[in-house]
Amino acid sequence: MNSAHDLGGRHGFGPIAPEAENSEPVFHEDWERKALALVLAAGSLGQWNLDESRYSRESQHPVDYLRQSYYENWLSGLEKLLVEKGLVTEEELSCGRAFSKAEEELQKRLLQPEKVYSTIEKGGSTQMESDEPPEFNIGDRVRAKNRHPLTHTREPGYSRGREGIIEAHYGAHVMPDQNALGNRIGEHLYCVRFDAGELWGKDTPSKHLVFIDLWESYLEPA
Amino acid sequence: MNTHHHSTVPSDPELRVKALESLLVEKGLVDPKTLDELVDLYETKIGPRNGAKVVAKAWKDPEFKKYLLEKPTDAIASIGYRGRQGEHMRVVENTADIHNIVVCTLCSCYPWPVLGLPPVWYKSAPYRSRVVSDPRSVLEEFGTQLAEDVEIRVWDSTSEMRYFVLPEAPADFQNKSLDELESMVTRNSMIGVEKIKEPENRS
Repeated sequence: MNSAHDLGGRHGFGPIAPEAENSEPVFHEDWERKALALVLAAGSLGQWNLDESRYSRESQHPVDYLRQSYYENWLSGLEKLLVEKGLVTEEELSCGRAFSKAEEELQKRLLQPEKVYSTIEKGGSTQMESDEPPEFNIGDRVRAKNRHPLTHTREPGYSRGREGIIEAHYGAHVMPDQNALGNRIGEHLYCVRFDAGELWGKDTPSKHLVFIDLWESYLEPA
Repeated sequence: MNTHHHSTVPSDPELRVKALESLLVEKGLVDPKTLDELVDLYETKIGPRNGAKVVAKAWKDPEFKKYLLEKPTDAIASIGYRGRQGEHMRVVENTADIHNIVVCTLCSCYPWPVLGLPPVWYKSAPYRSRVVSDPRSVLEEFGTQLAEDVEIRVWDSTSEMRYFVLPEAPADFQNKSLDELESMVTRNSMIGVEKIKEPENRS
């Protein structure tokens, strides 16, 4: 979806104003600690995947997305998923109290404190098998398709319609557009090299390349 | 599908988090001790000192550097860092002619096992919007000047591949110990917005 999260090339956001590295804390507010931990703990219940999480944050009103801080956006995404997936009701969410316990099966999936380290260390691979041979080879000229899906995609707006060269083939990975809709399928993933002049116009200073990871169905031969 | 309108004033995030935590605990879906464990992990154990160890070892040990560039996920795991948000690693090497910078324009993808959680600026709109179109102005904000003929390569983390910059080693790295080198590696140099500062240039 073409919403506020797709930021590459947008103007007007002002200076980056980074905090000094050696004095920046990991969390700036105590509630941010809990927000991160709740997102990870609730995510480990296995009721949604990473692309559904992203889709949930992106689906907010663009004004909200840009106004809120990073962890507020995480919080909004989590609240939305909890209700959509039926883990809590709107009423429970608004008053912060449970009207009933979660189903037994779901409670069994709760992340135990002693399992935290091993769960994080295990992670979740997105590498998959594909029966199809890859359509493109390294060095092929390709064009990122001009497509504007209303749902989640990982093809950034600034790449659409632009030509680049296949720089790497990463094998088949979970296809995000489908994964966000609950379908876990594998599709060939490539790293595509774009000249900045192709993306931003011929007056762009040279010696500037942008590499974007794009799935096979985002691409066509150029 | 978006029925939430921005006209509703969002409540204080502190209250929202508190309400959500007590609700999920009451539901039997979250254990408060688990939340503490998760916070402790990312606040004290998983952070950029992990990445600094990887970089220093790569500078000192050419065999390891080769391994790191060819099989990054395995090489990083061999030092003990693996897992969430680092399942598929790729290491890009800075040289005298090439300077790499990492971003995620669509959200905040970042190699957690080696760098921990991303800094605020990395997740912010100014960085995500501008670094792909005007990286030199971004580098200037970090006090980083590159010669005109250095090629800038910006890596937009749009998939689950996680990019990690191997910065250029300081001039006299061969005369320095692993510990000394490790202490010179900054988080920002592994994102690619800074170079390694030579000691005499330090203010």
